[in-house]
Amino acid sequence: MAAATHPFVFMGCVELRQALDRHASDERELMDRLEEVPAGSIFYHTHGYFLRHRPLTTAYGNDFARWAAVEVRDQTLAERLAVVDPFECADLESLRQELVTIVHDHLRGLAAVPRAEPTGTFHFQQSHIVTVELGPRATTLAEFRDGLAGVDASAIYVHMVEARARLGRPSGDFAEWMRASLGLTALAERIERIDSFMTNLERVRARVLGLVDHALDTPSG
Amino acid sequence: MIRLDDYRHVAPPGVVDIILRLTERLRGRRVLHLSGGRFGEGAAEMLSTTVPLLNDLGLDTRWEITGGDAAFYATTSALRAVLEGTERVLADDALAHYAEMNRINAKKLRLDADVIAIHDVEPAPLIAHRGDGRWVWRCHFDASRGQSRVWSFFGQIINQYDAAVFSLPEFGRRLSVPQYVIHPAIDPLSEKNRELSPRDITTILGALRVGQDKALLLQVGAFSPANDPLGVVNAYRLVKKHYDVRLVLAGTAGGDRESLDVLADLRQAAHHDPDVVVLELPPEAHRQINALQRGATIVLQKSVQAGFPLSAAEAMWKGKPVISGVGAGLSQQVINDVTGYVVHSVEGAAFRIRHLLNNPELIARMGAAGREHVRRGFLVTRHLLESVALLAHLTE
Repeated sequence: MAAATHPFVFMGCVELRQALDRHASDERELMDRLEEVPAGSIFYHTHGYFLRHRPLTTAYGNDFARWAAVEVRDQTLAERLAVVDPFECADLESLRQELVTIVHDHLRGLAAVPRAEPTGTFHFQQSHIVTVELGPRATTLAEFRDGLAGVDASAIYVHMVEARARLGRPSGDFAEWMRASLGLTALAERIERIDSFMTNLERVRARVLGLVDHALDTPSG
Repeated sequence: MIRLDDYRHVAPPGVVDIILRLTERLRGRRVLHLSGGRFGEGAAEMLSTTVPLLNDLGLDTRWEITGGDAAFYATTSALRAVLEGTERVLADDALAHYAEMNRINAKKLRLDADVIAIHDVEPAPLIAHRGDGRWVWRCHFDASRGQSRVWSFFGQIINQYDAAVFSLPEFGRRLSVPQYVIHPAIDPLSEKNRELSPRDITTILGALRVGQDKALLLQVGAFSPANDPLGVVNAYRLVKKHYDVRLVLAGTAGGDRESLDVLADLRQAAHHDPDVVVLELPPEAHRQINALQRGATIVLQKSVQAGFPLSAAEAMWKGKPVISGVGAGLSQQVINDVTGYVVHSVEGAAFRIRHLLNNPELIARMGAAGREHVRRGFLVTRHLLESVALLAHLTE
């Protein structure tokens, strides 16, 4: 089995949340705040949703859609926000613009601005991701497989979400390492195509493991 | 002594390893916690669990308490009440004495560490005596509704810190320093939450004179209007028309007039109905609370209070569905229709109790979901992880 030119280092993370002094009590305030909050807050409430979301609860895709559905009870806006796939946006500013446009267009068709319950104010936050090296480093695909199977789920977030969306590594770390260090281009492309939207980190882990297992069983693939 | 490894079988997979790796990186850092006391809920309960664990992991962590005279504690108690939104009178000379006692405390304390975490109100003015190190104010209560006049005094103190930490974003106030968010947590290995055998539960409930011959509804909490125990009795009465259930209200009684009135009304209700059991327990009755929660069929937390009471998380950890009132801290714990129900009225509570009793499979399903929700979000391991991450963020 081929050894990598550089070992793969699994990194887990802890999300340290920071409250911003920005709040929205109704949908117009949501739109106004969306325009002015730091890009890190847009990231926290969209991409970060996948780090926090558990399969136990209803999936809304992002915190804004959840707020519209649960606190404002505006299912139409919730649905329109929920389908925004943050992974399809070129950058956080494009994502911000898409969210603002959706709320703006929605409000244009309404006579009154829908408001949240008094206890349901939306509080904007951002996060600081503290990364931690985990487990032994992998130098072969088999070692990578073993490492991935046992590593904390936050590592999937670091390598598949954070790397692509915020750290300027659009292929994600798994695919990039397989292509650059193992020369496994076909496997790298398959991993790149994994849809991280509207799922959870464990499912993404299972899909990567499935593809790696297949590659290990059929070395030519 | 409980060690971090002991949490491996209860915490989500991988969490203990991340804590170990992160603390390894921070080894040699010195942390000082300062609080107003060593006993009670909130800061003291959390520090008594986390400080020994952090020391065991190689972080030099001290926990000191500040002293003061009766006037000092009367002022800090009133100040905290005002910051939580209660009307009290705070005289200027009392606030001056508060600052003076902290000046005296500063001389007695060794305030050298890489991170100095000041908890709640009593030691907050120590910031005036800061040396090196990063200073963090950890607020364990909801400070969002306090009087503006008093907040303008207290906020000036907090703005001298490097950061503040609140339990929820909505608990904070406008500050010029970064505000981090760390939820409180329960310790699954503490006497209040550790596993009990069915025999232990039966023995403890027997000693409390609580029979196990019928479905048990339970609310744990101080007998105060904020916890609405009389509303719980009324909900029980609506349910009792259809189900032979028993209601246990367990808690401590405050000395204020309102709480004494509530307790008198509860005793009256219990006098007329043998299936209403009012248990006045001392604050250290952790094992009894544990057994009651484990013996319960459905747990209620019909609070109308602010703050972040953890009794819902404690009950959910024991696999019980929770019917809760509306409150920011409770809403974080109880996922409506998944781990229990959030209700807005006595009738709503009664309806949901009947719904669960009519559908016992839901009780098991919601109980299991609640336990998993607490495992991910409200165990001390998660709290430790975020606290260590904050330490890394502030010092690296």
